[in-house]
Amino acid sequence: MANYDVVVIGAGVVGSLTALELSKHNVSVCLVDRFPEPGCGTSKANSAIVHAGYDADPGTAKAALNVRGCGMMEALCGELDVPYLRTGSMVLAFSEEEARKIQALLERGRQNGVKGLEIIGRERVLELEPQVNPEVFAALYAPDAGIVCPYELTVAAAESALDNGVEARFDFPVERLERENGMFRVISKSGEIRAAFVINCAGVYSDLFCGEPSFRIQPRKGEYLILDRKYDGLVHHVLFRTPTKLGKGILAAPTVHGNLLLGPTSEPIEDREDTDTTAKGLGLIRESSKYMLPGLDLRGVITSFAGLRATPSTGDFLIGWSSGQEGLLNAAGIESPGLTSAPAIALKLVELLGERLPLQKKAHFHGRQKVLRMAELSLEEKNKVIRENPAYGRVVCRCECVSEGEIVDAIRRNAGARTVDGVKRRVRAGMGRCQGSFCMPGVLELLSRELGVSQTELTKSGGLSRMLTGTLKGEE
Amino acid sequence: MGTDVLVVGGGPAGMAAALSAAQSGAGSVLIVERNERLGGILNQCIHNGFGLTLFGKELTGPEYAGRYADQIGQAEIPCLFNTTVVSMTGNKEVLIRNTDGERQIEAGAVILATGCRERPRGAISIPGSRPAGVYSAGTVQKLINCCGYMPGKRAVILGSGDIGLIMARRLTLEGAHVEAVCEIMPYSSGLKRNIVQCLEDYDIPLYLSHTVTRIFGRERVEGVEISGVDEHLAPVEGTQRFIECDTLLLSVGLIPENELAGYAGIVMDAKTGGPLVNDRLETSVPGIFACGNSLHVHDLADFASLEAVEAGKNAAAYVKAGGEACQEFECRAGNGIGSVVPQRMSAKALAEGATAYIRVGRPFENASIVIKRGDRVIRTVRSPRLTPGEMVKTVVRDSGDGDLTFEVDSHD
Repeated sequence: MANYDVVVIGAGVVGSLTALELSKHNVSVCLVDRFPEPGCGTSKANSAIVHAGYDADPGTAKAALNVRGCGMMEALCGELDVPYLRTGSMVLAFSEEEARKIQALLERGRQNGVKGLEIIGRERVLELEPQVNPEVFAALYAPDAGIVCPYELTVAAAESALDNGVEARFDFPVERLERENGMFRVISKSGEIRAAFVINCAGVYSDLFCGEPSFRIQPRKGEYLILDRKYDGLVHHVLFRTPTKLGKGILAAPTVHGNLLLGPTSEPIEDREDTDTTAKGLGLIRESSKYMLPGLDLRGVITSFAGLRATPSTGDFLIGWSSGQEGLLNAAGIESPGLTSAPAIALKLVELLGERLPLQKKAHFHGRQKVLRMAELSLEEKNKVIRENPAYGRVVCRCECVSEGEIVDAIRRNAGARTVDGVKRRVRAGMGRCQGSFCMPGVLELLSRELGVSQTELTKSGGLSRMLTGTLKGEE
Repeated sequence: MGTDVLVVGGGPAGMAAALSAAQSGAGSVLIVERNERLGGILNQCIHNGFGLTLFGKELTGPEYAGRYADQIGQAEIPCLFNTTVVSMTGNKEVLIRNTDGERQIEAGAVILATGCRERPRGAISIPGSRPAGVYSAGTVQKLINCCGYMPGKRAVILGSGDIGLIMARRLTLEGAHVEAVCEIMPYSSGLKRNIVQCLEDYDIPLYLSHTVTRIFGRERVEGVEISGVDEHLAPVEGTQRFIECDTLLLSVGLIPENELAGYAGIVMDAKTGGPLVNDRLETSVPGIFACGNSLHVHDLADFASLEAVEAGKNAAAYVKAGGEACQEFECRAGNGIGSVVPQRMSAKALAEGATAYIRVGRPFENASIVIKRGDRVIRTVRSPRLTPGEMVKTVVRDSGDGDLTFEVDSHD
């Protein structure tokens, strides 16, 4: 049975960044996840925002880690070669009362150490964002807010961790932890591994392993709409409504790929697998977005989705050594601003681990190998790579202009794509306006060829999500 | 690298346009095609029904494509296969990519014949889970007819457009069970012959005024909820019904593919989804022409090819003589009309007789399409039955003045 110093449960953004941070040290680490690839839970379905840090109450873990994470994000994305944009954000106030609330947010933000916050008036708002409803009163402007691609960030972190010696077990849903002779048995239906320490980054399931009987996750579902890239430039900042008791409300934000993201709703749910969209939720987003951006043409919607937030019963992140379980380090209840905080959480976890496990920096750490993205190359560079490998000249996904070579890279890299959705999230084949109608058969062919499995075994997202039911000859 | 006429797309429109341009003395003609052979979507349409208008014979899609491909070969028109047009400027500089690299072609004239794509699930926001098994009808057509794979065993089809109907039969013939075809409108947008030959002949129920209101199944589709809709197309509470299935096929509309037109700054028509063209099928950018499904969605491939013949001729004339400035009049879609192509006609063309392609906005019985200039009726087309699924083609001839308005005069 495999023995590790540390097992990290959950290859979401927090688990993957923690594994990456650990990979810089001389410890043996295994990153495990219930899905076939990293970043398939909350990390793939959220608002993709780097929050400036004025939302959380001063003194909370959320407040401190948000501000610290926000400051780390740009450099981290640069190191991992994933997109990041410092767009700035605005919290829009549409009434006197809301204007008072954003003033309170400004003060809270200053207490939290957020830099550059200011209240801007109606005219300035409309100058920066001409599409905003002219009934706007004022806005809280935060220049340090930004956007990332949460799944590319997660995949890049996991891949880089694996490049630096971390092992991974995917399709490994942890059922329970058992303590035996000072070690953990990490037990899954697909096997068992052992570790001296376990770091719990299990997202919406993180309360099940945390060893804190009173700590509970109450998942909240958020639904979203994505609009065509032809809306690129319609909004420039992350635009929030003034928060209410129910949360930060429905926002509009550009994505790093030029789409427009609208959402999320906020609905407490019991079923931790319930990522269904609803007519009510999607209707709410449409209504709210039409108010914020009256000229918005919602015929440009190309897809909708929902994700879950791991909302903790305590209202704050649970980060630290478990009081009930020796050797267990928790990063539980990581809801918003979890994505922003993730780099800071990873550092914090490794710092805490260092109190009990001597951590020595490795002499050699390899940065992530650059990703070849045809769209980023000059004409000369494109011709050079196509000459060396003609697969980069074969366009498979027409909407996002993705080549065979880029898809093959995404499959072959460490923690690579195993599913149709995995390819989509890494290189955007199928992410465009036709939503994979044209390229899906081609993607299946490449996955089959590269993974050495028949097309009928390939899945959309792991488990029983087979894309095909058989061949025409009737074979399963 | 340069060419006199560059045709983007080698489907039924692109092939016909290229042949016509060459036959009209365009000089050098080049077809750029992203697949490995000519034919476009025809290659996955193995059913018959193609060519009745053009060849007087019922052909399958590949047979129809083959006839054109043979002529292209005989005319020695060069084709670049496995080649994607990455972008295009208003100066007709076309950037292409294939395994030889990426390079620019300067064209004297460009004919856009890029076809159309299917409206995806997200565009109609069907609520529910997002499992495997939700596919566009055309994708399934390709999987079955070209790749040899079955996408599912029990299917519900949303949308009774022609592809949806054809796929209902195709799935049935390959051993799958089609539980139902749902159509949100109170009528099918498919051809009557397809409703008879693809549904009625196989006892597949067609539920008009019904839509899919929820998808079930976390990993693979396990079923769908269908609901009746009211006159505003809103689902009616209490009419929900669960149908067990492992596949949902979507045939909910076709959208002209016009990303290239967008790059070149061509003015678009919100009604057709294609470029705005004059009677020469020339877009707002001189020397760039559009035809086939990238201009507006056609009901029959034959009509796409016939239209493309005109685009080819006009592109050839453009490279030979340059553009001609001529007074143009607007063709407006009035009461009851969905769309009119071309959207502008020149005085000269109207004097000689210009072809208009008209789609009505909803079905009409015993109605007429009336074309007016001001209050003066210049043409009336009577029809016992007008449906949005079938395009009306008519020639307009008039030497008067003023914009044209197209209207439906309904007797019911």
